[in-house]
Amino acid sequence: MHPSLSVILFTTLSGVGYGLLALTGLLAPLGNLPRDPRFGALVLMLALAAITIGLVSSTFHLGHKERAWRAFSQWRSSWLSREGVASVATYLPAVLFAGGWILFGTVSTLWGLLSAIGAVITVVCTAMIYRSLKPIPRWHNRWVLPNYLALAAMSGSLWLAALTYPFAQRSSLSALAIAIITIAAVLKVLYWQHIDRAPSTSTAGSATGLGAGGDVQLFEAPHTSENYLLKEMGFRVARKHAAKLRSIALWLGFALPAFLSLVPLFVPSWPAFAAALVAAMLGTLGVFVERWLFFAEARHVVTLYYGAPSV
Amino acid sequence: MTSLPDKPSAKRLGLVIDLDICVGCHACAVNCKEWNAGGVSAPLTDLEPYGRAPDGVWFNRVHTYEVGEGGDGRTVHFPRSCLHCAEPACVTVCPTGASFKRAEDGIVLIDEDLCIGCKLCSWACPYGAREFDQDAGVMKKCTLCVDRIYNESFAVEDRVPACVATCPVSARHFGDLGDPASDVSRLVAERGGYDLMPEMGYRPTNKYLPPRPHKTGASQALAPAKPGEAGGLLGWLDRLLSS
Repeated sequence: MHPSLSVILFTTLSGVGYGLLALTGLLAPLGNLPRDPRFGALVLMLALAAITIGLVSSTFHLGHKERAWRAFSQWRSSWLSREGVASVATYLPAVLFAGGWILFGTVSTLWGLLSAIGAVITVVCTAMIYRSLKPIPRWHNRWVLPNYLALAAMSGSLWLAALTYPFAQRSSLSALAIAIITIAAVLKVLYWQHIDRAPSTSTAGSATGLGAGGDVQLFEAPHTSENYLLKEMGFRVARKHAAKLRSIALWLGFALPAFLSLVPLFVPSWPAFAAALVAAMLGTLGVFVERWLFFAEARHVVTLYYGAPSV
Repeated sequence: MTSLPDKPSAKRLGLVIDLDICVGCHACAVNCKEWNAGGVSAPLTDLEPYGRAPDGVWFNRVHTYEVGEGGDGRTVHFPRSCLHCAEPACVTVCPTGASFKRAEDGIVLIDEDLCIGCKLCSWACPYGAREFDQDAGVMKKCTLCVDRIYNESFAVEDRVPACVATCPVSARHFGDLGDPASDVSRLVAERGGYDLMPEMGYRPTNKYLPPRPHKTGASQALAPAKPGEAGGLLGWLDRLLSS
């Protein structure tokens, strides 16, 4: 599938934003985070900024941006519409949670919890957009949803740790980040194993219905230059480098952030902050590469009509 | 509404495509383009039509496959267009209500005024039936020539999709596949018409008729003769020389 930059940017940034919002909404009312309103402002503003920039950038690939509001209407059937509704609805508790904390210094359990629930629901909707597409077997499997949730939690935990250190020494947050990174890395590797080993659900034989007559091979394509289908569904550039990109994603997204997150467990103060900040930035960069791969490695069954040996 | 109709009517208009007859002339694709470039989906944009890399929106594409090997192999021409599925995920994924399946006859259409051009419906279609019009910024697809089949200014025999009207060998048939007594349904029953990618669960309305089996074993023609295969003088010579 063609990796549209605006969609990759959106899913990466919304992972950071909703992950950060969910963890803050859960941990702050429990008293695990600094109560300083300046901290609340920093962490929630960053979360909402990441969400907002992501949502705005997701409209960049639309053919008619001015009609984007119509996407809120079909929540009964469409995961994309549900994602839109959930993302906007989450602003309400998030803004009330942030406002109460920043302006009045009250960390509301209710609005924190509702923000976290809204954030999780939105990430679930995003994952389900991909998970529900049967023609793309590398998305239509049970590993996609846990991967999206884990990567959002991972991005959020890395940023939460980084933003906390200037206010308080909470090395438990880095320990939490390491735990979530470990889970996310295991889920990602299991996803890759799955897509490498899962047998093809459809073949050129089932696509044409001619399989009973023997091997079905494309003899002549319907057109001589590329069309929309081949440009959108038959994207090949990054596939060539898939193995290299996977190891880059593993190092940037998981190994280095986990290693850097060890630093605050042993060294306090500014080195802890610097290590946690670099860990958060690398983690986000790693997720960006991973998201690119998620698209570039996905194959659509329509390519079977154009001579693809398998999907 | 992008939810599927609660009570779909028994009427399911669609096409039956005979792969035994199709000669791969692309007339269906060309006449489809010709009609729809002026019909409800107009313009059917072409980018760089005379340039280095022409690219345009077509609702019908004719692939040609080689099936099997050697003497048993054959060439099959395979027109591919929207199958107007009973379970079209292209419709249900649409976030705006632009994509819909008509309750009265099962035709899957796009309201271009509502489409935001997010392309998700084209991802959801296993059959590549939807093509994005980059110029208009909206998705486009086969309408089953909804502006022909109900067009009362046309003579009754002309109220068929453009691809059916133009096919020079009558490899394409149009009708109600929901009615078991219709000509198209009988054709499907007689010839073993089948669904494309049934494993996807979209339950296509359009059916394909398989190529008929070879009548002669062409692949055996050049194999060494078996003992006793030939009779008469040749058979006698064969037995004499084999002994």
